Amino acid sequence: MKRLLMLMLLSLGLAAFAAHAQEGPDALIKRVASDVIATLKADKEIQSGNKKKLHDLVDGKIAGNFDFLRMTALAMGRNWSKATPEQQKALAVEFKTLLIRTYSGALSNYQNHVMDFKPLRMQPADTDVTVRTTVTAPGGQPIGIDYSMEKKGEGWKAYDVIVGGVSLVTNYREEFNNAIRDSGVDGLLKTLVAKNKS
Amino acid sequence: MHAAGAARAQVYDPLESVNRVIFNVNDALDRNVVRPIAQGYVDIVPRLVRTGVSNVFGNLGDAFSAINNLLQGKKDPFGSDLSRVLVNSTFGLGGIFDIATEAGLEKYGEDFGQTLGWWGVGNGPYLVLPLLGPSNVRDTGGLVAHALIDPVGEVRPPSAEYGVLGLRVLDARAGLLGTEDLLQGAALDKYTFVRSAYTQRRRSLVYDGKPPKDDDN
Repeated sequence: MKRLLMLMLLSLGLAAFAAHAQEGPDALIKRVASDVIATLKADKEIQSGNKKKLHDLVDGKIAGNFDFLRMTALAMGRNWSKATPEQQKALAVEFKTLLIRTYSGALSNYQNHVMDFKPLRMQPADTDVTVRTTVTAPGGQPIGIDYSMEKKGEGWKAYDVIVGGVSLVTNYREEFNNAIRDSGVDGLLKTLVAKNKS
Repeated sequence: MHAAGAARAQVYDPLESVNRVIFNVNDALDRNVVRPIAQGYVDIVPRLVRTGVSNVFGNLGDAFSAINNLLQGKKDPFGSDLSRVLVNSTFGLGGIFDIATEAGLEKYGEDFGQTLGWWGVGNGPYLVLPLLGPSNVRDTGGLVAHALIDPVGEVRPPSAEYGVLGLRVLDARAGLLGTEDLLQGAALDKYTFVRSAYTQRRRSLVYDGKPPKDDDN
């Protein structure tokens, strides 16, 4: 009997694991968003502006769902191939830090926003999709937020966010281009490091 | 490697040196004058009143949006925006209450710049306008067309007209309080960041949120 119970538990666990592994890109965003909003609503310290906790929330629950290496590559465009693998890694780390810092600053305003999902048009074999959502602030007009997502070995990862038609990655492309034109790949890296320390 | 939906990053900006000067002046003016006043407005005036003010200007905006939908031959959006104006101007007591949104009438926010874009007019050079901020030659043309028929321009005496214009600026600016830290935090170079965001945003609006993937605009 005990063994049967064990097996049942084990199979339940496996089923849960399998369900998680097959989680669609829209389901992933839904889960993360509702989790984050629930935390925002429950945590009084975050509401009173505890930056460290906000940062930990973004770093712990959101950042893992993004492919920062790919985001950095896209933002660098043609310059990506000019960077050594070490530089590429370092750039991705700094870009991630910058985005997490910026995003956590904005996040505390979002607890009363309402997120709606548009129907996802996707074939089972697709590995690159755009999840379209609209976010409405209390008393405001809805704004479109789209997530470009790619299926990786470990599940779906976002590689761009498009807010009201403004692509985050594209918006950095010119800035990165200019920094590299003026002072090379190392110059961009130094600029990002300095920015993150400021 | 190409991002899905990523537009060309380069913005045509032959007047960059002049634009940067105006951008910095606007920025200083905002920090020292406009933003503090907008903050005071939010602190002193109750939310209910501020929402009423926003709604009145929004109602006027809907009327312009209706005209521009008509100019672009967009029948259903035209009907929606026109209905919004009719509903809000009457049951919403002159636009103070936005009943139309609660009734589910969608707001389209079309303007003359978008209409020109819809008819194929390109952006032209990027411009930073004194006081008004980021624009381009096409959208500036749109603003001029708007100003020519804006009923606020008919308000008399002129002191009252400036009062209304001032309130409109305050209302718009108050809605953006809090975003300047975000911009400051996100941008390596604020000028470039704003230029790219403005250009992407306007392109998206011209194409009603569905811009083609590769476009030379």
